[in-house]
Amino acid sequence: MNWSWMLPESFSTFGGEVDAIYYVILWVTGIVFVITEGLLVYFVVRYRHKEGRKATFDHGSTRVEVAWTLAPLFIVIGLGVASKGVWDRMKRDVPDGALEMIVTAQQFEWHATYAGADGVLGTDDDFTLVNELHAPEDRPVLVYLRSNDVLHSFFLPEMRVKQDAVPGQEIRAWFEAVQPGDYTLGCAELCGTGHTTMNGTLTVHTQADYDTWVAGQVAQQQ
Amino acid sequence: MSTTQHDMVNRAEAGGHHDHHEPPFIRKYIFSTDHKTIAKQFMFVSLFFLVVGGLLATLMRWQLGFPSQPMPGGGVFPDAMMAPTPGGAIMLPEFYNSLVTMHGTIMIFFAIMPLLVGLFGNLLIPLQIGAPDMAFPRLNMASFWLAVPAGILMLASFAVEGGAAGAGWTSYAPLSASGEYTGVYLGQQLWLVSLAVLGFSSLAGAVNYISTVINMRAPGMTWFRIPLATWALFITAVLVLLAMPILAGALIMLLFDQTIGTAFFLPEFDGEPLLWQHLFWFFGHPEVYILILPAMGIASEVISNRARKPIFGYHSMVLAIIAIAFLGWIVWGHHMFQSGMNPMLGTSFMISTMAIAVPSAIKTFNWLATLWKGDLHLDSPMLYAIAFVSLFIIGGLSGVYMASTPVDVYIHDTYFIVAHIHYVLFGGSLFAIFAGITFWYPKMFGRLMNERLNKIHFLLTFVFYNLVFWPMHNLGLQGMMRRIYDFTQYEYLQPLQPMNRFITICVFILVASQSLYAISFFWSLFKGEKATNNPWNSNGLEWTVPSPPPHGNFAEMPVVYRGPYEYSSPESDTDFLPQTTPPRDRPAPAPVPTPQGA
Amino acid sequence: MTTHAAAVGRAPMPGMEVYNLKLGMWVFLLSEVMFFTGLIGSYIILRFAHPEHFAQPGVVLNVPLTAFNTFILICSSVTMVKAFAAIEQGDQKGLKRWLLATIALGTLFVGVQVVEYTVLASEGFVPMAEAYHAIGRGNPHDGPALGGPLYGATFYTMTGFHGTHVTIGVLCMWFVLWRASKGAYTAQSYGGVEIMGLYWHFVDLVWIILFTIVYLI
Repeated sequence: MNWSWMLPESFSTFGGEVDAIYYVILWVTGIVFVITEGLLVYFVVRYRHKEGRKATFDHGSTRVEVAWTLAPLFIVIGLGVASKGVWDRMKRDVPDGALEMIVTAQQFEWHATYAGADGVLGTDDDFTLVNELHAPEDRPVLVYLRSNDVLHSFFLPEMRVKQDAVPGQEIRAWFEAVQPGDYTLGCAELCGTGHTTMNGTLTVHTQADYDTWVAGQVAQQQ
Repeated sequence: MSTTQHDMVNRAEAGGHHDHHEPPFIRKYIFSTDHKTIAKQFMFVSLFFLVVGGLLATLMRWQLGFPSQPMPGGGVFPDAMMAPTPGGAIMLPEFYNSLVTMHGTIMIFFAIMPLLVGLFGNLLIPLQIGAPDMAFPRLNMASFWLAVPAGILMLASFAVEGGAAGAGWTSYAPLSASGEYTGVYLGQQLWLVSLAVLGFSSLAGAVNYISTVINMRAPGMTWFRIPLATWALFITAVLVLLAMPILAGALIMLLFDQTIGTAFFLPEFDGEPLLWQHLFWFFGHPEVYILILPAMGIASEVISNRARKPIFGYHSMVLAIIAIAFLGWIVWGHHMFQSGMNPMLGTSFMISTMAIAVPSAIKTFNWLATLWKGDLHLDSPMLYAIAFVSLFIIGGLSGVYMASTPVDVYIHDTYFIVAHIHYVLFGGSLFAIFAGITFWYPKMFGRLMNERLNKIHFLLTFVFYNLVFWPMHNLGLQGMMRRIYDFTQYEYLQPLQPMNRFITICVFILVASQSLYAISFFWSLFKGEKATNNPWNSNGLEWTVPSPPPHGNFAEMPVVYRGPYEYSSPESDTDFLPQTTPPRDRPAPAPVPTPQGA
Repeated sequence: MTTHAAAVGRAPMPGMEVYNLKLGMWVFLLSEVMFFTGLIGSYIILRFAHPEHFAQPGVVLNVPLTAFNTFILICSSVTMVKAFAAIEQGDQKGLKRWLLATIALGTLFVGVQVVEYTVLASEGFVPMAEAYHAIGRGNPHDGPALGGPLYGATFYTMTGFHGTHVTIGVLCMWFVLWRASKGAYTAQSYGGVEIMGLYWHFVDLVWIILFTIVYLI
C-alpha cells in the first residue's frame, strides 16, 4: 500500500509546474500540521488535570490575534499568487503551433477525431477513433472538447490535464507530452452507470512515429 | 411601558399555554411545542438517519474493497440492485451510483444538518440566552413535522421503479435532468421533492432561531455575552435563511425539466448545464459552513469548560464566525474550477477561497491557546472536542491543496476530495456532535452518560476513523476518481486494490464501534448516574435550571452579569463563575417571576 | 392564545424596536428575496446567454393587460394600507371593508393572470421545450416561432411562483378577515394585520420588479 505523499511522475511540460506548487503546499501544510498537532498533543499531556492544578485566567491578546491573522493571510495569498501563473498557462494560454484534435465524450466512450495528413480539421481525411488518443511528443496538442449527452471530464492523470466536457459547449484543453509512452485517459465526472468503463489510452509517439501512424490511419480509411 | 415589561410580555408570548394540567401524551411528546422536546425529536430521527447513511456507505465500501465480487447475504436485495450469484449477490453499477448519491444526501441533509441545527439549535438557544422557549413555538413544531415526511420520501425513493437518485448528492444536470441518462425517473423526482419539503422545515427553523436570539435575550445578555454555541447557531440560521431559497429555486427548475419538459439545463434546447452548478454551489458552499459552524460553537463550549479556562479570544472567535459566514458567499466557484468556467473567474475564486482559510485558522489557534495552561479534564466530551480540533486541522489543511487551481486540476473529483470532505464532516462535525450530545445529555435526560463506554467508543472511533479516511488522500494523489463503481477497470489504479480493501475492513470495524455509543446512550437513559443542575460546573444559563428543565425553563427571570467563560476567575471561590451570579459588590435584584399569563 | 394577542402591538425589546411577529415576518421576507433572486438571476443569465430565445417587449406578451394588472395590485396595496390604518384607529368595520377590498383586488389579479396564461398557451407560448411555438398576438398560426423555449420556461416559472405567492396571500387574508370578524384585532393589538400587510407589500414589490424586467425590457 502506497502511503507516500509523493505524486506519481508527470509527463507534460506544465506537469512539472503543477507538481512544484503541490510540493510547496505539502511543505507549508506539513510544517503547520506538525506544529499544530504537536502543540495539541503537548498541551493535552502537559496540562491535564492533576490535583492542585489551576488554569490561567487569560482572555486572550489582541496582538497575538493580529499576528495569527496576518501570517496565514500572507501565506495563503502567496500560494494563490504563485498558483495564478501556472493556472493561466494551463487553461488560458495555448502555445502556437499546436496540433489540433477534437475529443467528443459520450456515454460511455471517448471519440477522438484527428486532422489526417493535411493537418486541418474538418476535411475529408479526418478520422475518428474510439478510446484511443494519439499525440506526438514535444508538441502542444490542443483538444476541442465536446460532449454528446451529459457532463464528462477529460482526465489525463500523467499529463496533469482535467477538463469537464459540457454538452452544448466546445471547451479547449491543451498539453505537451515530453516522453513517448502509453498513458491513461479517464472520465472524472459521474456520467451514468457506465462511468467506470470510460477509460482509454493516450499513446505518445516520437514525431516521426506519429507521422507514420497518421499515414497508416489515413490509408486504412480508404 | 418599561423595557423589562416589554421583555416580559414578549417572553410570555412565547411561553405557550400555561394551564397547569399535565398535557396528554400526544401533546407532550408527539406534537410538542416545547423546544427541548423538539430538540430530542430531531435528535432521535437524525441519529436514525445517521445509521442509515453509515450502512449505505458500508455497502459502497464492499464494492470498493471487493470489486464486483459476490457479497455474502446480498441475495436479500432486489435483483435490480444486486445480481444474485453463487455466494451472494454482485452489486450493480446502478445501485452503486444510488448508494453514492443517497449516502451523501442522507448524511448531509438528514443526519448532520438536523443534528447540529435541529437538535442543538433547539436545545441550546432558548436556554443559553435565558428565554422560556423559542419566539414561535408552533412554527418550531411545524419545522420538525415537515422534516419527517421529507425523510420518508427520501427513503421511499429506494423502493420505486428505477431505484433511488443516482446522479450524486450534487445532482449535476443534464445527468439528473432526464431519466434516459441514468435509468432513474421517479427516484430522482422524489429526491427533489424531499429536499424541497426539507427546505421549508429548515426555513421555519431559521426564522425562529434568528427572531429568538435577537428579541428574547434575558436582561444583561448583551450580544458579546452570548455563548459561542448560540452565536454559531445564530449565524448558521442566517446562512440557512439566505441559502436554502436558492436551492429551492434550483430544485424547482430541475424538477420542471424532469417532469413538465422545460429545458433550463438541457443543452439540446439551449439550456445551460453550468447554470445548475452555479445555483447549486451558490447554495452549496454556505451549506458546508452551515455544517461546520455549529460544531465549532459546540467545541468552544466544551473545551473552555473542560479546560476550566476562558475561551481564548472570545471576540475574535465571534468575528471569525461572522467572517466565515460572510466569505462563504463568494467562494462557490471553487467547486467548479474545471467546469469550463472562465479561467479568470477561477483565479478570483481561488483568492477568496485562500482567504477563507484564515478565519478557520484563527479559530484553531484560539482553541489551542485555550488548552494552553489550562486545567484539562480529559473526560469523554473533552476527548471528542479535542479530536474535533485535531481532525479539523487536517481537513482544513487539505483544503489548501484544492484551493490552488493548478493543483485542483489533478485532485478534483478524486479521493483526495473525499478525504477532505470526511475530515471536516466526520472528523469535524460528527466528533463535535458526539461531544455535544455527551456534554448536554444530562441537561436533556437528567442522567450522565456512561463514561467508560464513551471512552472506548472514542478510542475505537478515532483510530479506525483515521485508518479509513487518511489513506483516501493517498488514493486521490494516485489518481483514483470519485463515484467510481469499479476502479480496477483502470490499469493504473489496480495497484490500489489492497488499500481499498484495507479501508473497507476498517470501515466495518468503525461502523460496528458506533454501537458502543448507542449502547451508552440507551443504557444511560435508565441506568446513568443522576445529574444535578450543573454536573460540569459550567457558567451558562442552561446549567442554572434543573436537569431536565421544566416547561418554560426559568422559574425566575435570569439576570446576566458577565460573559460565559469566566473559569478560574479570581472573583470566584471555585474555578467557575456562572453568568447569573451577582458580583460580590452588588446585591441581587428582587427576583422577577417569569410571567405565566399576560 | 390571549397571551399572544395581548402582547402584540407593544413597542420595543431591548435593542430591537419591534415585536416578535413583525421581526419574524421581516426575517421570512429576507428569505423570499433570496428565492426570487435565484429565479430572476437565472432568467437574466439565460437571457444573456441566449438572447435569441427572448422576444422584444409586447411581441409575445400582452403588456397593456399586464400593466392594468399591475395597477390592480398596486391598488390592493393601497387598500391594505387603509385596512391597517383602520385598525390602528380601532375601526373594526373599516378593517373588514378594506381587507375585503384587498382580497377582491388580489383575486382579480390572479384571475387576470390565469386568463393571460390561457391566451398565451393557445398562442403556443408554453414552458415545455418541445411544444414551444409562440406566435404572438394576431399572427398567423403557420408563422415562425417567436423566441425560444427558454422564454416560456423562465416566464412561467417566475410569474407562476409570484402568482402562487399572491394566491397564498389571498388565502391568508381570508384567515385574517375571519379573525377580524371574531374581534381578534384592536387598536392596541393588530400584529396579525400588520404582518399580513408586510407580506402583501412585498409581493407587490416583487411584481413591480418582475413586470419591469419581464414585460418592459
